Amino acid sequence: MSTDNVVNNVSSKAKSAEGEYLTFVLGAEEYGLEILKVQEIRGYDAVTQIANTPEFIKGVVNLRGKIVPIVDLRIKFNLGKVEYNEFTVVIILNLHGRVVGIVVDGVSDVIALKEDQIRDVPSLVTSIDTKYIVGLATLEQRMLILVDIEQLMTSQEMALVDAVAA
Amino acid sequence: MTIDMSQFYEVFFDEAEELLAEAERLLLGINIDDPDNEELNAIFRAAHSIKGGAATFGFMDMTEITHVLENLLDKIRKHEMALTAEHVDAFLAAKDVLKMELDGHRLATDVDQDQVADVKMMLKQLSEAGATPAPATAVVAPPSPVSQPVDAAPVQTEVADGISCFNIVMPDITEKDVENLKEELGLLGDVAVSKQADGHFVITLTTDSSEADIVSICSFIVDPDDLVISLKANSVASSATMPAAEVNPIAAEAVESKTASSTKVLIHEEVGYGLFEEDGKEKQEEGYGFFAPFQPHPDAVKSELIGDDTTLTLSNSGVTNAQPTTGAAKPEAVAGSGLAQEVERKNPGRRESDKAPASAEASSIRVGVEKVDQLINLVGELVITQAMIEQRISMLDPVQNEALINSVGQLTRNTRDLQESVMSIRMMPMDFVFSRFPRMVRDLAAKLNKKVDFATIGATTELDKGLIERIVDPLTHLVRNSVDHGIEIPENRRKAGKSETGTLTLSAAHKGGSIVIEVTDDGAGLNRDRILAKAHSNGLAVSESMTDSEVFSLIFAPGFSTAEVVTDVSGRGVGMDVVKRNITSMGGAVEIRSALGFGTTISISLPLTLAILDGMSVSLGESVYVIPLNLIVETLQPRAEDIKTVTGEGRMVHVRGEYLPIIALHSLFNHATDITDPTQGVLVLLESDGKKSALFVDRLVGQQQVVIKSLETNFKKVLGVSGATIMGDGSVALILDVAALIQMGQSTNYITGAASFSNQNNQHMQRNA
Repeated sequence: MSTDNVVNNVSSKAKSAEGEYLTFVLGAEEYGLEILKVQEIRGYDAVTQIANTPEFIKGVVNLRGKIVPIVDLRIKFNLGKVEYNEFTVVIILNLHGRVVGIVVDGVSDVIALKEDQIRDVPSLVTSIDTKYIVGLATLEQRMLILVDIEQLMTSQEMALVDAVAA
Repeated sequence: MTIDMSQFYEVFFDEAEELLAEAERLLLGINIDDPDNEELNAIFRAAHSIKGGAATFGFMDMTEITHVLENLLDKIRKHEMALTAEHVDAFLAAKDVLKMELDGHRLATDVDQDQVADVKMMLKQLSEAGATPAPATAVVAPPSPVSQPVDAAPVQTEVADGISCFNIVMPDITEKDVENLKEELGLLGDVAVSKQADGHFVITLTTDSSEADIVSICSFIVDPDDLVISLKANSVASSATMPAAEVNPIAAEAVESKTASSTKVLIHEEVGYGLFEEDGKEKQEEGYGFFAPFQPHPDAVKSELIGDDTTLTLSNSGVTNAQPTTGAAKPEAVAGSGLAQEVERKNPGRRESDKAPASAEASSIRVGVEKVDQLINLVGELVITQAMIEQRISMLDPVQNEALINSVGQLTRNTRDLQESVMSIRMMPMDFVFSRFPRMVRDLAAKLNKKVDFATIGATTELDKGLIERIVDPLTHLVRNSVDHGIEIPENRRKAGKSETGTLTLSAAHKGGSIVIEVTDDGAGLNRDRILAKAHSNGLAVSESMTDSEVFSLIFAPGFSTAEVVTDVSGRGVGMDVVKRNITSMGGAVEIRSALGFGTTISISLPLTLAILDGMSVSLGESVYVIPLNLIVETLQPRAEDIKTVTGEGRMVHVRGEYLPIIALHSLFNHATDITDPTQGVLVLLESDGKKSALFVDRLVGQQQVVIKSLETNFKKVLGVSGATIMGDGSVALILDVAALIQMGQSTNYITGAASFSNQNNQHMQRNA
């Protein structure tokens, strides 16, 4: 995804995107997701593979008695080097009671964003459908991609939610 | 109104519903020719409690009905009017209307006002028509226009009882209470109040009612345990040996059961002996054991019918013997044999709570199911954690860590106990299901002009709540089928040399780790030849050499239910495939035993709980999978010469003359493993829906109980996997869905041949499956 000509689109639709965000890294890009969706952050454990699921669904883990699916966003979006070591981070999300883990390259910070810091997304062709991107925020020289993680994780393409049960 | 009453509505609804169910149960069980006073009183009290509650909460429509109902019941229980079948029907109709009104208030469902008015009219008419001169109202009416059934030749209880004079010494209560009591007791007979030297009031009552009646009336105001009732003039012929001081209410019951013994019970349900409630159900069942000679075995029902007279004599002498040492179990046994076919008895909890609401509330609490489920989940996790600790501990040096190991041992025991207790919270007695059938059978039998006796055995057997709810529909279907197709019409039964009244028995019992529920009728039985012929014409693969159970299982085949089968003497089959499917989905199995002309038994076996599964864990590469143990036929390591192929592809294994398809789990799940040759691995023979297959896995890991976790909570349904569980080491193992695996294995997309050695080949096929 190119990062240069983004600021062209100045109109900020008063989206209520204001709030605190957890920022994480995928490849060279920085992303942010609403902090209230995050349940916890933990290391990467051995997962139990599930047959006949897309490659980015790593499998399920036992999270204190709950069976939680783990999705590797790096594989899903073809970003970064996919390797699993002691630094691999899993963000456990709680999306309306549904618990899902996402594997990312790293977690950096929690930041509060004001509405005027958030810009709309221009139409681009990316592996993330822009409808899952709430907006873009500029922090010093860095650009933060704010993801509507709930929409994304429950979307059809993530194959996490029942829709195509044979 | 200053208090918001609506917060109490739910309690009233629950209670009213229970009371209605209780009243219905009692009504169905009542012996019309010779009603038991206790039962009449219990029904009256139920109506009275509902009326009181409804009035408090302002549900006037319910109050109106119960009021009329109560009037009529009152006349009957005071023997001003003889109980007739018409009355019972009217009461049942009233119960239905009350239920409808209750639902109307509770769930805002429609209430049929015409029906309400009809029932009210009917009750009023009955109440007026049957009224004989009553001391209070002095309404003169002709004797009951409804004639007694012709075959009824019982002795009315009141005649046998005679008139007695009781001295009732009150505990410390206020004068006002005594006045109230006096009024209440006045309904029974002549009352006089005096005061003893120690300040206690004494009520002298001359009545034809029993002690139990007095106790139940007094219990509205005082604790029955504090009452001292003594018999002044010993005029009850049969109770000549009654102890003078304190009349044991149990003994009184015994006398009643004796006089109430009857030769015919239309529908035998439990007789209400709420007095014994505190003994608990377990104890009562033990009571049966002691008095085995009196207890007709369900199988012996027929002979019991014939030998009824002897039983009656036996039971009468039983009363006499039982009197001096009256134990809780004795009147039970006596009554049981007196009623000849009464097989099961569960005490109504209602009366107990009527009498002593405080103690009843203290003995049980209402808790939301979610809370219980949460508790069960937590305990499940605790068990897993405990197993993990245990596993880690086993790696430690036992000498150095002795104390720690001992502590963990204790933790293990405690956890296990805790798990057991928590699981038992979810357990509910089968009575919860069984109690709805007497009415259904009664109505159905009436509609079909059949005579059916309904009995239940083992209603106290406990089963997981989740299963209880799901067993209702299949069981309803089976009972309906049994009445509809199983039991013949009276003429046919007579021709067949059987008694006109058919018997339908529902039983539940624990067998090993499962519960077995059986629906048994003594109807016409299944006709093997007809089923075979039918199956043949339906194009099913059948042969004469099939065993009976195999033949009978054919009626579970989808589409086997046809009109022709229904017209057959015992044409079960309508929707039987649905029954079978429901039960299989609960992890259960159905079996049919039948003998032409003698009846049919449909036996359902279910796991005790849905939360825990007996599983066999198998490994495949690095992963571990769990297979439900009940679906495994056997496991074997095949010899090379037993592996056969068709066109070099579809692999099969030859086991004891059968060729079974081999489903290689690694290729089905597209899973990397070193073992691709069946002779190096293990074949697990699975059977589901009557289809057998051999599942090829790497090796067996072990057999264990696993706590079932849903994959769907956070993920979605995965084909071939029915759930997940957490193993001792904290890792997740998937539980295989055997039925789906077999189906996947047989789908045309899947090739079990040599081609499947390379995983890429069928990757896209998996997707399609």
